Amino acid sequence: MRQRSNIRFMSRQEVLGYVLLAVILLAIIPLSLDVFRLNLIGKYLTYAFVALGLVLCWGYGGILSLGQGVFFGLGGYCMAMFLKLEASDPESTKIQSTPGIPDFMDWNQITELPWWWEPFRQLPFALSAIVLLPTLFAFIIGVAMFKLRVGGVYFAIITQAIAAIMTILIIGQQGYTGGVNGITDLRTLLGWDIRSDSAKVILYYVCSAALFICLLLSQFIRYKKLGRILVAMRDREDRVRFSGYDVANFKIFVFCLSAMFSAIGGAMFTLQVGFMSPSFVGIVPSIEMVIYCAVGGRLSLLGAVYGTLLVNWAKTIFSETFPELWLFAMGALFIAVVMAFPNGLASLFKRYIEPKLPAWYSGKTAGLGASIMRTDSSKETVGKEALEEKNRVVSKPISKPETVGTMAPSSDEKLEGGVYVD
Amino acid sequence: MFEEYSMAELTDILFMQGFAGLILFSVLVLMALGLAIIFGQMGVINMAHGEFMILGAYTTYLTSHIFETYLPALFDGYFFVAMALAFLVCFALGVLVEWGMIRFLFKRPLDTLLATWGLSLILQQLYRTVFGAREVGVTLPEWMMGSYAMTETIEVPINGIFVMVLTLFIASGVYFLMFRSLWGKQVRAVVQNRPMAGAVGIDTGKVDRYTFGIGCGIAGIAGSAFTMIGSTGPTSGQLYIVDTFLVVVFGGAQSLIGTIASAFTISQSQSTLEFFLSGSMAKVITLLIVVGILMLRPQGLFALKIRQ
Amino acid sequence: MCIFNYESGSRDNSPVFKRRSFIKTLIAFPLGLILASSTLSWANPPTSEVNTTGLAVTDDTVTVGILHSVTGTMAISETGSVQAEKLAIDQINAMGGVLGRKIEYIQEDGASDWPTFAEKSKKLLVNDKVAAVFGCWTSASRKAVLPVFEQYNGMLYYPTFYEGLEQSPNVIYTGQEATQQIIAGIDWVVKEKGAKTFYLLGSDYIWPRTSNKIARKHIEKLGLKVVGEEYYPLGHTQFNSVINKIKLKKPDVIYAIVVGGSNVAFYKQLKAAGIDLTKEKPLLLTISVTEDEILGIGGENIEGAYAAMKYFQSLDNPNNQAFVQAFKDKWGQDIVIGDVTQAAYLGPWLWKAAVEKAGSFDIDKIRAASPGIELTTAPEGYVRIHENHHLWSKTRVGLAQKDGQYKVVYESEELIEPNPFPVGYQ
Repeated sequence: MRQRSNIRFMSRQEVLGYVLLAVILLAIIPLSLDVFRLNLIGKYLTYAFVALGLVLCWGYGGILSLGQGVFFGLGGYCMAMFLKLEASDPESTKIQSTPGIPDFMDWNQITELPWWWEPFRQLPFALSAIVLLPTLFAFIIGVAMFKLRVGGVYFAIITQAIAAIMTILIIGQQGYTGGVNGITDLRTLLGWDIRSDSAKVILYYVCSAALFICLLLSQFIRYKKLGRILVAMRDREDRVRFSGYDVANFKIFVFCLSAMFSAIGGAMFTLQVGFMSPSFVGIVPSIEMVIYCAVGGRLSLLGAVYGTLLVNWAKTIFSETFPELWLFAMGALFIAVVMAFPNGLASLFKRYIEPKLPAWYSGKTAGLGASIMRTDSSKETVGKEALEEKNRVVSKPISKPETVGTMAPSSDEKLEGGVYVD
Repeated sequence: MFEEYSMAELTDILFMQGFAGLILFSVLVLMALGLAIIFGQMGVINMAHGEFMILGAYTTYLTSHIFETYLPALFDGYFFVAMALAFLVCFALGVLVEWGMIRFLFKRPLDTLLATWGLSLILQQLYRTVFGAREVGVTLPEWMMGSYAMTETIEVPINGIFVMVLTLFIASGVYFLMFRSLWGKQVRAVVQNRPMAGAVGIDTGKVDRYTFGIGCGIAGIAGSAFTMIGSTGPTSGQLYIVDTFLVVVFGGAQSLIGTIASAFTISQSQSTLEFFLSGSMAKVITLLIVVGILMLRPQGLFALKIRQ
Repeated sequence: MCIFNYESGSRDNSPVFKRRSFIKTLIAFPLGLILASSTLSWANPPTSEVNTTGLAVTDDTVTVGILHSVTGTMAISETGSVQAEKLAIDQINAMGGVLGRKIEYIQEDGASDWPTFAEKSKKLLVNDKVAAVFGCWTSASRKAVLPVFEQYNGMLYYPTFYEGLEQSPNVIYTGQEATQQIIAGIDWVVKEKGAKTFYLLGSDYIWPRTSNKIARKHIEKLGLKVVGEEYYPLGHTQFNSVINKIKLKKPDVIYAIVVGGSNVAFYKQLKAAGIDLTKEKPLLLTISVTEDEILGIGGENIEGAYAAMKYFQSLDNPNNQAFVQAFKDKWGQDIVIGDVTQAAYLGPWLWKAAVEKAGSFDIDKIRAASPGIELTTAPEGYVRIHENHHLWSKTRVGLAQKDGQYKVVYESEELIEPNPFPVGYQ
């Protein structure tokens, strides 16, 4: 039986936050930008899917994956395969030696469509592949790793290696994957020209809507007991395990979910940008996507979206004016986020802006769950901030303790040498 | 595939191939030792490891220029000076980075990863601004190039031998430092139990700083040595980073012997596979094997047993 | 088809060339300006006539785009192209510009990232409305921007030698396509050096693979033998195993298309393994190492290798001497110029010629005017744009010297026709 908790699905602040984001994404941005810039924002939003997945699996689950690009790429490639097959009808490819197959296959002397490309002619298949294939892949990785209790740094490095393997494979098998060029020149979706301005606007809205669905889904998970188990697990994995939970299953679940989000992002990317290439699969983009999440605040779902938008917008502006300075700024951003404000923009907002807002904004009924969520373990925060946040939680009346609630939200009792005092 | 060759040819090739594997082994050990110290002993993930190597390479480049211009008579021996300088420069930068950044991030290994990644971006752009976007060519003394012909077909590259000797030298140096010196004892004490080490009067902060510095310094020497076999450009460091991490993790993070064993396994399997398969596939298969074994044995080949 | 040999090309000194050769000195600069403005004053038609599609053209300026990577891994290669394009633009401006309008450029950074290329090209075409774009280097970046150029009807001048298999109405390819570069080189090595067996080696991506495919077909057509074909991932740095394989197979020719950082590792290790390229046993023929790359490899490590391409810095003709001098004056005396740099330099000149022939900046008119455009002032000699938007050009074989330059040992007698879709080689 699922325990009915007294935590509300969203606090008042969160409702306001979502409304604000919706206004910005659905009204302000489309009204104030031309189609070119709107399309750019749409592209950035596809990265926000990955950042969102990382908030769940890194911020809440404590699993840092440096291979999210693999899932982004898989999703993108599934979409691109469908679009490419549609673009390669025998009529428009009649100059090839084998008409009717994608151009890059023809250049690589492939005379027949490989069997595993064939099902991608069907949109329903392609759409389900976008969601299922990366999730399945994440499941396999997850089962192998988490059941054996591989975690933390090891997991990060292994996912990085997987990203490297994928890149080499995709580039090496160019007859089947388009190689380093990727799958390019995608034109239509079921006859609808995705390159036209009106299509760009519509795709932008589709992308925003999909992002909102993912956001709400994440919010839902956070609100359910699952979310709290995740946090507890991140902070004190042993105790959760001793309480009778199978930690690995939760990790696998959240990793799969983040993979699925990334894949949806990848598919939206392909639709809006019009091609997919292995340059998203590798290590560098995967790590860059982590920084989007970190800038926004690794514990804040909305922060991930803002962080992604901000970093990418800064990147575009910087590289238009001072291309050579961009890497300095990016590097400094990495260091600053980690050292000065580990919880990103979200924590800055909480500390400096929120207290100044009128009382109706914060309300009186902010639930316990939300505050536990917002507090993070002292493992992840530093110095003063951690103390402050901790005090804030302690001073809140804990109304109805439950399994997860009784777990100390912090792990300070753990001595540094690896010896528990309790 | 071998029927068309004589027995003698095959023996020669076997020998040469073994030697190629040994060179790769030395290269991997040299790359990984610095990281093994930093990651294994301190738990810090230094993503800027490759950039420290390139710093060593650029130091070598500058030294070669200075010798060419001012001390042409001593050019034959400049490489040793360059390696010493590379060590010092990287050591100094390492200490600085530890002092300014890493020491605040202990116990947050994933955050050191991000911060050092940021550092690597800054260093890359710095190299590009200072040395230009193009690769630089490091001129080597004549005696270090070419090969030593043992028989008609067996030719042993001199720089390969140089790298092997250097690796042996550095590895034994690290061994003595870690297991036979007072300092090494302190490092190991800090790794095993930081509060207790502090309690018995070890300055843990200082130990950390020098550990990180030495790890970076060794990266610098590796970078300096790699000017013989690889390229020196702003982004060359990134070519090494995945391999290096895999070697360290595969070996078992806290075991130096493990690092060496894993470097040996990876290098031999890769060079054997490369001989029978195409280069790309050999690389993929090697990586897959490593990842596969890591999934089965996440603690790596050699795990140090300590209470966690 | 009219065929120009090399001599006629260089002897054909148009007034344009003469003017350019003396503006390289600062003293002659004002003179050049006066000369240019006096001769070109007739060509200053109203903007409404020369620009009917809303490009960024005013009464005295025209804006173009430069789109290369100045950051990331490709910055190594693309820097030279940016420098060449800027030099060409400066020189054109010093002569009075195009249709009486000074060229201004907007430079964007592709950051070695293909989607960024697509994004920036869209910005250049849609927001900045540039009249032409000079840029891209890798095939991947070109493939990424191609749909953008076709959709918004822009014109791209693409400088790199590449694998062919493409012919876009919105691209002028100023580098060689694969067959131009490969077939002449192999024919030479077979005829002059009596090569019988080949070992093909490359980095693992489309250009080396396609090029080796063409090379293999051609070698087999000649009745000769390919004894090995190998690909290594981009950025690979350990080549000892393949060197052993080469030693085992004893080919006459190593045909190497290794790129980027791998290049340096490959040649250093080849030398260290005791394969002295100057002995030509085996002989090494490459199509991927220009003078730019030798800078990183080191002349002493590649001495004795042969390269087949259309341009070498050491080319001995007045056009090239003036070009090299101007390039060094602008960018420093130590700089080297490779094949792609020269091809990038042609871009603005070809565009200028097309605009002047069309009497308009409109893309469609430029496209119509482009085939048949000749450039007698090209550093490589004479070039002409083919119907298929590639250039007729000669292929030369250079022998790498210790000082990092190539000595030209062979030059195809006639201009080679570009053939991006070679029948029988696919």
